[in-house]
Amino acid sequence: MQSIPNRQAMCEKLLELAQTDRDIMVLTSDSRGSAAMAPFAKQYPEQFVETGIAEQNIVGIAAGLAHSGKIPFVTSPACFLSMRSIEQIKVDVAYSGTNVKLVGISGGVSYGALGMSHHSLQDYAVTRAIPGLTVVIPADRYETKKLTEALVKHEGGVYVRIGRNPVEDVYESEDYEFEIGKAVQLNDGEHLTLIAVGETVRIALDAAELMAKEGIHARVLNMHTIKPLDAEAILSAARETGFIITLEEHSIYGGLGAAVAEVTSSSCPVPVHILGIPDEPAIAGKTSEIFRHYGLSAENVLKIAQERLAKKGQ
Amino acid sequence: MRMTTTENLRIKSLQIRMDLLKLIHGAKMGHTGGSLSNTDVLTALYFHVMRHDPLNPKWPDRDRFIASKGHSVESLWCILADLGYFPKEELSTFCQFGTRLIGHPNNKVPGIEMNTGALGHGLSVSVGMALAARKDSRPSRVFCLMGDGEQAEGSVWEAAMAGAHYKLDNLVGIIDRNRLQISGSTEDVMGIDPLDQKWEAFGWNVVSIDGHDYDQLVHAFESAPQVTGKPTLVIANTIKGKGVSFAENVPEWHHHVPNDAELQRAIDELTAAITNQDEGSVTTHAIHS
Repeated sequence: MQSIPNRQAMCEKLLELAQTDRDIMVLTSDSRGSAAMAPFAKQYPEQFVETGIAEQNIVGIAAGLAHSGKIPFVTSPACFLSMRSIEQIKVDVAYSGTNVKLVGISGGVSYGALGMSHHSLQDYAVTRAIPGLTVVIPADRYETKKLTEALVKHEGGVYVRIGRNPVEDVYESEDYEFEIGKAVQLNDGEHLTLIAVGETVRIALDAAELMAKEGIHARVLNMHTIKPLDAEAILSAARETGFIITLEEHSIYGGLGAAVAEVTSSSCPVPVHILGIPDEPAIAGKTSEIFRHYGLSAENVLKIAQERLAKKGQ
Repeated sequence: MRMTTTENLRIKSLQIRMDLLKLIHGAKMGHTGGSLSNTDVLTALYFHVMRHDPLNPKWPDRDRFIASKGHSVESLWCILADLGYFPKEELSTFCQFGTRLIGHPNNKVPGIEMNTGALGHGLSVSVGMALAARKDSRPSRVFCLMGDGEQAEGSVWEAAMAGAHYKLDNLVGIIDRNRLQISGSTEDVMGIDPLDQKWEAFGWNVVSIDGHDYDQLVHAFESAPQVTGKPTLVIANTIKGKGVSFAENVPEWHHHVPNDAELQRAIDELTAAITNQDEGSVTTHAIHS
């Protein structure tokens, strides 16, 4: 089922929260349309700042606002926000300890046909390497709303990546426990664990369903927070299921898979199969086509699981 | 309590210069030339112009100072210590292992608003602070000190555009125009003149002053905003290494550390400058007007 895009869900929640919280501010870099923040700009002009196409400046301004007690949400294309202003994120946000929410919109391969300049497939790698920065990616509209609420309460710098297109729901409602830094177990199984993030969580759930028909029972973890990583959930999965497949709309370097392997390698070294975008400029096309091209599909996850489990049986 | 005369400010700045030279000599590292060039700007701001309170560093109505030009922090450390933001004895830890008095502004130290040091960041942050002060109807002004070499950073101009666009007349940019950067003359490294016309074209009210003349410094800072609806840029024409004859306008003194003999000679010069025109004792009270 297709629902609304996550960026729209974030705007809806911010409109709701800004009614009572006058410190919430939204900043855009000529991106109020693509960030789906036009309704916010219209309804709360006093809580809205436009910076024009200036990604370094937007982060600095947000840090200055946060320093004076505001809760700024910088909504700017993920590809530019995460890379072009990374030094401002490092110094003005993380190092200075300001309460800025950096929302990279149209992340991953959302701008599929526009090519590598507009893809953000290194954003977790760079943001998670910055001390003090939290990195979160919601899976669907419900999680985006839960996250938006949590971000307002959370003190400190956060990088959030949100996609452009409508995605299928993972949850049925907002009625579930959400906590930054704590994975959500969506399915239990003993044969392997699928750890997914963002829009690949849906693929992991579909894969688990396919596997169940083949008698393979997969645990599914929605690792919405890349940093701080829920090491406990990962280590339990490693110990109890012995094999992990990670799924992400990110380079295989420095993303979720790498983070999971960092945790398992020292404490419980089980095989970790990292599914993501290989070290190349991603092929152009629709998101679904790109995912399929790189094996981010339920069928391919099933295949990897079958191959691995067959080896184990030998 | 305000220092009453510009002469007192001048003497205070000579004492700060001695402190910062001892600091750099003791640590065997530091940015000597740039700290000496901006000492008068900082002394005017901290001892006369800005509303701030060392006993209550987070006072919401305070004026803000952002050292965008973060590498000449030595004068700032000495001024904050002199004002009582932290114990003066701590100055001896400057740039030593584990210190909080590192070679750039560090907001773990009371009196420092933001961590700076990477150039081209400060003015954007200042724009955000000025916007917030206006939204909250606070009287706070934001003073942002930039280097002239720093003007080559593109982000400075992004922030300049935003400051004018939002008509931030509670924002004062200051350029320490000493005309030297690490590799030599600013005009040889990357020409930035005509600086005044560039900032005017970006929508700022621009004043050009002698950055070592306290009458001009105080007048420029106190009378901003001179134009309603516009941020003000003060081009403070300074001399790198100012106050130490053999360091003035010598590019190597950007981060040259004085040896024992040089330190003694500098102290002698600064002491002579104080005693020659001393008009009485110098008060060091914080300003909380």
